[in-house]
Amino acid sequence: MADKPKVAFYWCASCGGCEEAVVDLAEGILDVIAAVDIVFWPVALDFKVRDVKELPDESITVSFINGAVRLSEQEEMARLLRRKSKFVIAFGSCSHMGGVPGLANLWDRASIFAWYYHDAPSVAPGNVREPREHVRVPEGTLELPAFWDTVKTLDQVIDVDYYLPGCPPTPKLLADAVGVLLRGDLPPKGSVLAGTRALCHECPLNESKPEKLLLKDIRRVHLTKVDPEKCLLAQGLLCLGPVTRGGCEALCVKGNMPCTGCFGPTDEVRDQGAKGIAYVSSILDFDEEADIERALANVPDPVGTFYRYSLPRAYLMRTRKVMPHA
Amino acid sequence: MMQTEEFQPRIVAFVCNWCTYIAADAAGVARARYSPNVRLIRTMCSGRVDPQFVLGAFEKGADGVLLCGCHPRDCHYSVGNYKALRRYKLLKKMLSQMGFEDDRFRLEWISASEAEKFRKVVEDMTERVRRLGPFKPNGSSTPNGGK
Ligand code: SF4
Ligand code: FES
Repeated sequence: MADKPKVAFYWCASCGGCEEAVVDLAEGILDVIAAVDIVFWPVALDFKVRDVKELPDESITVSFINGAVRLSEQEEMARLLRRKSKFVIAFGSCSHMGGVPGLANLWDRASIFAWYYHDAPSVAPGNVREPREHVRVPEGTLELPAFWDTVKTLDQVIDVDYYLPGCPPTPKLLADAVGVLLRGDLPPKGSVLAGTRALCHECPLNESKPEKLLLKDIRRVHLTKVDPEKCLLAQGLLCLGPVTRGGCEALCVKGNMPCTGCFGPTDEVRDQGAKGIAYVSSILDFDEEADIERALANVPDPVGTFYRYSLPRAYLMRTRKVMPHA
Repeated sequence: MMQTEEFQPRIVAFVCNWCTYIAADAAGVARARYSPNVRLIRTMCSGRVDPQFVLGAFEKGADGVLLCGCHPRDCHYSVGNYKALRRYKLLKKMLSQMGFEDDRFRLEWISASEAEKFRKVVEDMTERVRRLGPFKPNGSSTPNGGK
């Protein structure tokens, strides 16, 4: 027992899907459990923060941390696990690039609170309350974590050794990563443990993609009857496969859904959304301003389309004048 | 030191080698006076300007970005400027979601012979961005940054 490598799982700002991905290892999880000693996993096992604090530094072989960092408590936990672990893996899109919670970076705390606790139609008049970090009750003071202005990626808060991308990462990638770590044949620090080429290379529809693809029309998936045999992009659906890291085996495309970019960009790209914009602009087959504008009307939410998982990693997220909500 | 404390915006201009760069050069040779607020970056074609350059310029402290290329049908590589136009349109749409003021990012077609147009565009853009004030990316309206 004592010699088994210790593993921890933790979640920050996330939906729980990453936890589900661990459970999705199914029987595979038994192999993992047989090979390692899980010392912390709040979603499934009853260990306390105290138990982690009592471990010697660097005694955990690897901590998998999913979720973005939005609250002060999440930073504290990330720092604690960093200190106690030899390796930290950012697990899933939110931890890797900010994920869907990161889209909140179009706003900041003041504007988010103003909307959710004051101005939203669901707030009953006279019932205006904001969460407070300290509340005095007869028994003492109650404490809530601080809510930050900006959602951060894990590596904007602590040093990260590897990234497992995906929303969520596939069980296969997780099993591979565990295998690599247990065997000790480590890739260079900072590696993203997935494919290195764009998704199209592993997509079963790639053969039906024309050599030179030009679009007269951008179509939205909920309004389109998808042909499952033909490259989705060639059908006018904004599939981000050409600008997204592979490794997922085109799961979404196999379900007739265009890629939305959860594995992030390939290694060469600094800003995922900018790359998406460059690519769509290259294949749109119009030169006249009015035609371009008409075609782009079917991209009503460029930030949500091209930065769905990576706004906290982007060059720009919001401007000095924070916009009002809605 | 008591000179006017007028805000001097920093404007990054990506200019095409075959048209606007020559126009800017001609404006210089003719000793046309224009605001010194523009930093020119020469590219081989407006179609070479990756959206990452534009966003990166803002992140590194530009208050405005000007993108200049050959007039429609005049691109040296025939279609680079159309590509630039499409990128510009999509980028603009995205930047407005982020709360950007329209005047901070501008596209102009300026041919090699249009030194005067170059001068006017630079003057006009400098003035507009000056009125907007400094650009602060990813700012906050929460005291102490929400920490
Ligand atoms: S664009 Fe999408 S559907 Fe087409 S080959 Fe690439 S990943 Fe597959
Ligand atoms: S060469 Fe000038 S815009 Fe293409």
